[in-house]
Amino acid sequence: MALLSIDGLTVAYDKVEAVRGVSLAIQPGQIVTVIGPNGAGKTTLLNAAIGLLRWRGRMSFDGVDLRRLDVEARIERGFCLVPETRELFGELSVADNLLLGGYSRRRDTAGLKQTLADVYQRFPRLAERRAQRASTLSGGERQMLALGRALMSKPRLLLLDEPSLGLAPLIIREVFRIIASLRELGVSILLVEQNARAALQTADFGYVLETGEIVHSGAAADLMHDPKVAASYLGGH
Amino acid sequence: MTAFQLRLAGAGTILLLALAPALLSPFSITLLNYIGIYAMAVLGLVLLAGIGGMLSFGQAAFVGIAAYATAWLTVREGYSPWLGLVLGLALTGLVAAILGAVTLRLGGHFLSLSTIAWGLAIYFLFGNLPTLGQFNGISDIPPISIGGYALASSESIYYLIWSFLIVALLLAANLLDSREGRAIRALRGGRIMAESLGIDPFRIKLATFVIAALLSALSGWLYAHMSRFVSPAPFDVNVGILYLLMAMVGGMAHLSGAVVGAAIVTLLKNSIQDYLPVIAPGASGQLEVVVFSVLFILLLQRARAGLVPFALRYLPRLQPSAPLAAGSLDRRHQPERGQTILTVAGATRRFGGLVAVNDVSFELGAGEILGLIGPNGAGKTTMFNLITGALPPHQGRISFLGKDITRRAQRQIARAGIARTFQHVKLRKTMSLLDTVLLGTYGRTSSGFFAGTLRLDRAEEARARAEAIWQLQRVGLADRAFELAGNLPLGNQRLLEIARALAADPALLVLDEPAAGLRPPEKAELARLLEALRAEGLTILLVEHDMDFVMGLVDRTVVMDFGSKLCEGTPAVVRSDPRVQEAYLGGVA
Amino acid sequence: MNGEIAAILTMDGIASGAIYVLIGLGLVLIFAVTRVIFVPFGDIAAFTALTLASLEMGGLPGTVGLVAVLAVLAAAMEGAALVRARALNQLPRAFVFYLVLPLVPAAAVWLAAGTTLSMPLRIGLSLALVLPIAPLLDRVVFRPIADASVLLLLTVAVALHFALSGLGLMFFGPEGVRTKPLSDVVFDIAGLIVNAQTLLIVAASIVFSGLLFLFFEFTIQGKALRATAVNRTGARLVGIRPATTGTIAYLLASLLAGISGVLIAPVTTIFYDSGFLIGLKAFVGAIIGAMASYPVTALGAVLVGLLESFSSFWSSAYKEVVVFGLLIPVLLWRSLSMASTDEEEAEE
Repeated sequence: MALLSIDGLTVAYDKVEAVRGVSLAIQPGQIVTVIGPNGAGKTTLLNAAIGLLRWRGRMSFDGVDLRRLDVEARIERGFCLVPETRELFGELSVADNLLLGGYSRRRDTAGLKQTLADVYQRFPRLAERRAQRASTLSGGERQMLALGRALMSKPRLLLLDEPSLGLAPLIIREVFRIIASLRELGVSILLVEQNARAALQTADFGYVLETGEIVHSGAAADLMHDPKVAASYLGGH
Repeated sequence: MTAFQLRLAGAGTILLLALAPALLSPFSITLLNYIGIYAMAVLGLVLLAGIGGMLSFGQAAFVGIAAYATAWLTVREGYSPWLGLVLGLALTGLVAAILGAVTLRLGGHFLSLSTIAWGLAIYFLFGNLPTLGQFNGISDIPPISIGGYALASSESIYYLIWSFLIVALLLAANLLDSREGRAIRALRGGRIMAESLGIDPFRIKLATFVIAALLSALSGWLYAHMSRFVSPAPFDVNVGILYLLMAMVGGMAHLSGAVVGAAIVTLLKNSIQDYLPVIAPGASGQLEVVVFSVLFILLLQRARAGLVPFALRYLPRLQPSAPLAAGSLDRRHQPERGQTILTVAGATRRFGGLVAVNDVSFELGAGEILGLIGPNGAGKTTMFNLITGALPPHQGRISFLGKDITRRAQRQIARAGIARTFQHVKLRKTMSLLDTVLLGTYGRTSSGFFAGTLRLDRAEEARARAEAIWQLQRVGLADRAFELAGNLPLGNQRLLEIARALAADPALLVLDEPAAGLRPPEKAELARLLEALRAEGLTILLVEHDMDFVMGLVDRTVVMDFGSKLCEGTPAVVRSDPRVQEAYLGGVA
Repeated sequence: MNGEIAAILTMDGIASGAIYVLIGLGLVLIFAVTRVIFVPFGDIAAFTALTLASLEMGGLPGTVGLVAVLAVLAAAMEGAALVRARALNQLPRAFVFYLVLPLVPAAAVWLAAGTTLSMPLRIGLSLALVLPIAPLLDRVVFRPIADASVLLLLTVAVALHFALSGLGLMFFGPEGVRTKPLSDVVFDIAGLIVNAQTLLIVAASIVFSGLLFLFFEFTIQGKALRATAVNRTGARLVGIRPATTGTIAYLLASLLAGISGVLIAPVTTIFYDSGFLIGLKAFVGAIIGAMASYPVTALGAVLVGLLESFSSFWSSAYKEVVVFGLLIPVLLWRSLSMASTDEEEAEE
């Protein structure tokens, strides 16, 4: 059974149907990516999936109909989002940001401590800066903090919205390496990205989103060399 | 319903009002007097808060200033009530101008909090100044006399109150339908929208604030000479919020809401005073306040728009009259095709440690369409903001038509001839298409508040209207000129925004992602419009993501990535450049 | 003005300042977490004082009825919402929280009315009775419009204030009250007469501010509150429900209001409408603290207390004018120095 199943999703706001009839599925243990040019509706797709936007269609997570869960309930069940804007707690320290990432598991103090240690190990730079305010971190460090915070809740499915946004090429490389390594934690990932190459190198399966609709899909390795993907980005259909 | 029928209805209402003293009991006339006086102050609040977006809890203080001014002048100094009117208006206007100058730069809830502050401070002044009788107030205020005849009875002052109110409503309606009135209506669209149209939001806010204060002053003068007694109690923050309740019950965005709201709340107050002793004997006085507050809270939770918008849905729509033939506004000579009109030289802008725009240079020639493209996060929007003056660059120079606009404010750049649209359309949903485009002519016209209120601006208005209709024709929306902007689909809203920008007669049109969210046929229509504009000699700079749209339309493109200019050239050249392909599809992971 | 008078004025100023600190902290707490400028806060402090006085005189305070009505309303609204969301399993918990818990002190006071109670018991009952009021008001009045603009929330808060002060007049009448002091002891420190009541006020202010600080720094729920204040969306994305943190904020603030009420009751004559002015003066302190910083709020509140004390010496009539007139330049200064949103929220 698919971990996340989306069927005929339509999201409309401000008079525009930003996402129209999108269907996709993520199997446990998969990294799936949705790529496409800017304005395609990728962020809208994720925000609707996590429950921040109104949507029509059918979505279920681990067999549970997502209509019955609000945002916080999704988090409690292991379904998390790292948004495009990261939404960190700028005035709080790195350590506090991470701690709050585990809010949904706050009763399990021992487990939480262990997870925090693991996160510090995976992101040594965060360990160095644990007492610093989150707003003083660089772009790449903020991205890592956002990832680390999401990992604190021991998610089963992670939605990542444009992790490469605003990052220099070298940092992008590091971030994607980390994303690929999350597989060993058993986390399934839905990765939305504008940077098609980086995304397709990391993912197993890909969908191409253009003006709100899925126009191609296939194994990531195949899509990598598919000229239709280039056409989606650079025009010339 | 035609304009003629509307005037007939209006005349009928006035006739009924004139006959009221003969038809109704004296008590009802007294009620009507209070309704009229409240409506006058609430009218000011509707202008200020409902239309101008500045929520004030302190209007009652202005009512008090005028009431006390006239009381003092007539009782302590023995002058005529008409001089009291002059003093009341002058003093209230002055205090309002000072308070406004100090506080109107505050935004949102800070402004409203400041109105509570000065409302209370002034109330306590009333209660403590010895010449004002402190908490005992001033009594034995003489009635107003017209030509020797004293308006001492409620019937006689009834006519004065209601004639003043009707004149005030008419003048207010005139104002809202004029150049500065449209500027007031534009305030709620935000500072950036206003400045991009050449409007000075602070000046408009201050003027609206003073006008609202003057209306309150009129109310205070009438009150003093009607009840013949003033004390601090009627000018408390308590009353200030009653005015707010009246405005909201009636409908904050409509002038008629002031009268409707004042009437409903006054009648409600009255009937509560009658019925509460029956329901809850012994506790009635205090319970009235509680009942009112609870009703107000329910209204705020459930029915914020008020009664008038609700009723308007069931009344026949007003058929607008066809505009008369008129001359047109002066237009600029577009620069010679090929001449450089915009030069960006070494523009740099940082945000903390991030360099959003890094030493970018390019030129724009008259009569061409230039596309500024690049992946998300490339710095296009920041570059756009540098050109339109929303942000100053840290380094570099930008010049337009030979003049340096590097550090110029948005408003000045708009007046210099750069008109812009917005990625998320900034339109007032309740303004008609015609009024929206008329707003674009703000910088080309000059009628002020007086001219607008007294209808002295008709000639200029007619020319501006002709201009606006022409712009609507250019974008293909002229047949819907009187519809509300909020009812249009997104594609047409973007066309409308372009029409508004064109109405400013710019030399350069700057478009921020005009194709975003449009369906293919809408994009095609937009492209056709832009090509037609180019053929007429207009220069266009657009920021876009949609490659198909851009490549088929522009003469040249500038590609940005990571804040720097990557390359520049015709669409064909740029598209086949491997660096561009890499920028868009992403680097290797 | 000689040194002795200055010293007395300073002590007075610090004492009222200490009260304003507690109220100011409560106001900032509620605003930071829920964006509501809770104007009726002062009224709740006044209600506590009036309830205490009523119990002292052996009467039945009208607050009991208020709490009962609010509890029933809140439970009904919460129940309806849960039924609509088909989360029936959460009904028992909701009923306990919104109906049973508030009714316990209400019932206790109702039963105890008329009997003579010891002072600690009177204080405890007054606090327990007043504690649920703000959270219940949050559920009934503010939660249905939680996403409204700050301005609308402010208007609702002002209307709510008038409702409460009207109820205050109904319940407690127009006479002012002053309760028995908590302590009659008077100290002589370096020639100055300091009474224990004043010391108690200052001590309570320091202790509760300190406790609040500890809560925010060292407990996860405290950090969750701060997180909600800093970034509401981010908080939701880690599973923090805004409604939960809102309720906790209101509860904590209620405690602060209640304590201020208990402390101020023996010192000043409290009328049914005293709350508004007290709240507003504390609010000046809160604005000085930019509605965000607790230490600066505390400082600002003490400053207001001192300003009021000294200006009442020079002209007791105009002290209100001075304090409220002061609010304007403070607002101006604050709105300039706060990271001002360049773009005002363009409205619909």
